[in-house]
Amino acid sequence: MGVKIISAGFDIEGFHRLQVYLAHEGYQALRKVLTSMTPSQVTEEVIKSNLRGLGGAGFPAGRKWSFVPKDSPKPKYLVINADEGEPGTFKDRLILLNTPHMLIEGILIAAYAIGAAKVYIYIRGEYTEPAKVIGQALEEVRANNYLGQHILGTDFSLDVVIHRGAGAYICGEETALLESLEGKKGWPRLKPPFPALVGLFDCPTVINNVETIAFLPAIINRGWKWFADLGTERNGGTRLFCVSGSVNRPGVYELPMGTPLREIIYEQAGGIKGDKSLKAVIPGGSSAPVLSRDQIDVKMDFDSLMAAGSMAGSGGIIVMDEDTCMPHALWVLTRFYAHESCGQCTPCREGTGWMEKVLRRILDGTGRPEDPENLLRIAHNIMGNTICPLGDAAALPVISFLEKFANEFDFHISQHRCDIEGV
Amino acid sequence: MSLSFSEQAKKEIEKILKTYPDKRSATLPILHLAQREFGAVSAEVEQLVADSLDLPIIKVREVLTFYTLLKKEAGGRYHLQVCRNLSCTMSGGQRLLDFISQRLALAPGETSADGKFTLTTVECLGACQLAPLMQLNDRYLGELTEDKIEAILAEPEKWV
Repeated sequence: MGVKIISAGFDIEGFHRLQVYLAHEGYQALRKVLTSMTPSQVTEEVIKSNLRGLGGAGFPAGRKWSFVPKDSPKPKYLVINADEGEPGTFKDRLILLNTPHMLIEGILIAAYAIGAAKVYIYIRGEYTEPAKVIGQALEEVRANNYLGQHILGTDFSLDVVIHRGAGAYICGEETALLESLEGKKGWPRLKPPFPALVGLFDCPTVINNVETIAFLPAIINRGWKWFADLGTERNGGTRLFCVSGSVNRPGVYELPMGTPLREIIYEQAGGIKGDKSLKAVIPGGSSAPVLSRDQIDVKMDFDSLMAAGSMAGSGGIIVMDEDTCMPHALWVLTRFYAHESCGQCTPCREGTGWMEKVLRRILDGTGRPEDPENLLRIAHNIMGNTICPLGDAAALPVISFLEKFANEFDFHISQHRCDIEGV
Repeated sequence: MSLSFSEQAKKEIEKILKTYPDKRSATLPILHLAQREFGAVSAEVEQLVADSLDLPIIKVREVLTFYTLLKKEAGGRYHLQVCRNLSCTMSGGQRLLDFISQRLALAPGETSADGKFTLTTVECLGACQLAPLMQLNDRYLGELTEDKIEAILAEPEKWV
């Protein structure tokens, strides 16, 4: 059995309750931070731990904090991104439901490090039950002086507010999330300025993912070296891999950064459903370029996956077996991006819709010989030409599917039908 | 004005407004509250929300029309939202959507004449280990089969 940090709490009865969490080292890291560490020491510890941003971008978490100006006269904000929506990703929901106090303790630690007095947790609108559970956990800590004024008798005070989203994938993008928090439609902002300088209400702001924050208590309790050593170079610790699709045991598996994809699919998730053979894997949420079956010895960390031409992203692994029609799978994903494009940038707003239509006609048997080229041209015209990464996220699957499974698209176009039996 | 928030909702609004440094930030929370209170955000409700935020109505409308969970018209008592994204599709989600559609004689987007059911599709709900998945009002219902759907449609009140 490997080391489990967050998911260890998934199996403990009543772990979402304060009393149970306290019985398992709960809020000891907070006490340590408030009584024996300076904010800079906390940031330094997190930088050395190699904790990466686990929402998808993988930016080193401690370094993100270090960009917040220490001498700003404005209030500083910490915003927790719980707008989990990347298709194939379902870890933050489990953290909110099962280990809310680990998240809250992490929030307190991060807020202390950056000097924030106020925190907003932005939870996607569909997560009614998770929002309820985290709300109850916040009530518990408020009643017990782990939150509020003069926490644990120190000078540190903090206020945490839950803010519910209302159904928009784009609000998972950090600047769209800030716009949404300010009561606007979720249109991403141009960067720079970066949120660390000009963020929520024009104040210095750090936005961190739920899972990233939930690792903080363990890093403080056991030290940066322990955490860093669990993973690979520059990719510290474990992470929650979400496995879905054609596997025998879909679920969330907490494993060290750098665990080979093959091991996750065949040992953890129990291999391919119905003893079929593997065709392809999306390794880091729907935006990550698809891997072919001969690429699954890749190590699952940010740098290794980038070297393999894909992305570690959100840790959402979607496994596709030999019976998966790749043009159909791509159409499903492209329809999603066309639906979720916020409409701000022309290349994405128009391009995602065109790609969806071209893919639909390929599936309907009316594709044209030039359609693969059409798709690639549109995708390349979106790439890099939009304010936020949603454009790239829509283009990358198209480019990678066409590159690796060109024969399937050609078959649909030339034979006017699918090459998979029974589909 | 004929329409107004209940006393309890008014207190709730006061509380919400205190959690943000400016009123506009309370737009989403107050729209959520209004939708709970009135079932949907009609033009009248939209004006009420705008007034409570001291905002021109256009600022409320840009939010109302951007987010999929906010509705201008109330749907059926039981809202079935079937996931159409990849992990669910690969686990038979489309077949189950067709099955529900046939059983209720509703195309996605429609509400039954008796106001009992609304059927829509939805993008990834973030619980793919339960694929195929749907949401019935606020509740996630996963590992769906035709039998389970029959049971849900027969007595939806037991599943919400």
